[in-house]
Amino acid sequence: MKITNQIKDTTIIITLDGELDASSSVMLDEALSDPEIMTYSKILVDCKDLNYISSAGLGVFISHLQRFEDAQIKLIFYNMQDKVRNVFEILGLDLLMTIVSDYEEAMTIADE
Amino acid sequence: MNNKITVSCTKKNLKQIRDFVTEYLAGYKLTDILMNQIVLAVDEICANLIIHANHEDPSKNISLAITEKAGMLKFEIIDNGVAFRRSEYREPNIEEHIRIGKKGGVGIALVNRIMDRVEFESNTRQNTCLLYKKIK
Repeated sequence: MKITNQIKDTTIIITLDGELDASSSVMLDEALSDPEIMTYSKILVDCKDLNYISSAGLGVFISHLQRFEDAQIKLIFYNMQDKVRNVFEILGLDLLMTIVSDYEEAMTIADE
Repeated sequence: MNNKITVSCTKKNLKQIRDFVTEYLAGYKLTDILMNQIVLAVDEICANLIIHANHEDPSKNISLAITEKAGMLKFEIIDNGVAFRRSEYREPNIEEHIRIGKKGGVGIALVNRIMDRVEFESNTRQNTCLLYKKIK
């Protein structure tokens, strides 16, 4: 699992590359727990190269979502592979989180 | 075809289990989504056994055997740790998990929704989890 960050003004783009399971999700949790992340107004998560997610990976996003919402930070997923999106859908998380098709749409939503 | 794998109880071995399941199922021409769901369900059970039942003790093992009969896949996962108590299991309320920032507790819900049948058996020697999925 490789996690890279890119900063664009008040937006942080987090790119996930690899498989997010019970072992690797610890890295993501650390990245989202970094106090600096609360200084951005938008967190965009690029899922193009996210090939797998298990409940541990979903759990990391679930556990941070409310904190971001309370701080009015938008969390937006984009470029998600169908098989990964399906895992969000099985639990109904696609209705509770913002998942859009591509970067342009993510930026449009983030600017609303 | 090799249908059985045994790994020690560390989270790093989950990848090996997923690769083994993927390789076993490669000949069945499943859709990407179905393949991923099945791999996920097995991964979730193995992660629970490694983390909760065996406390990530590398001196302990879990084993997985896969068989297919008349279009029904059967996954048999065996360990010697603390038995899963199904009677104490409650389906998670995801919105509540979000509200309180809860990290875990949605894995078995995924397994139950993906698999056609999920069984847990325990005796004094070992625990067995059986997962069934119809693919034809």
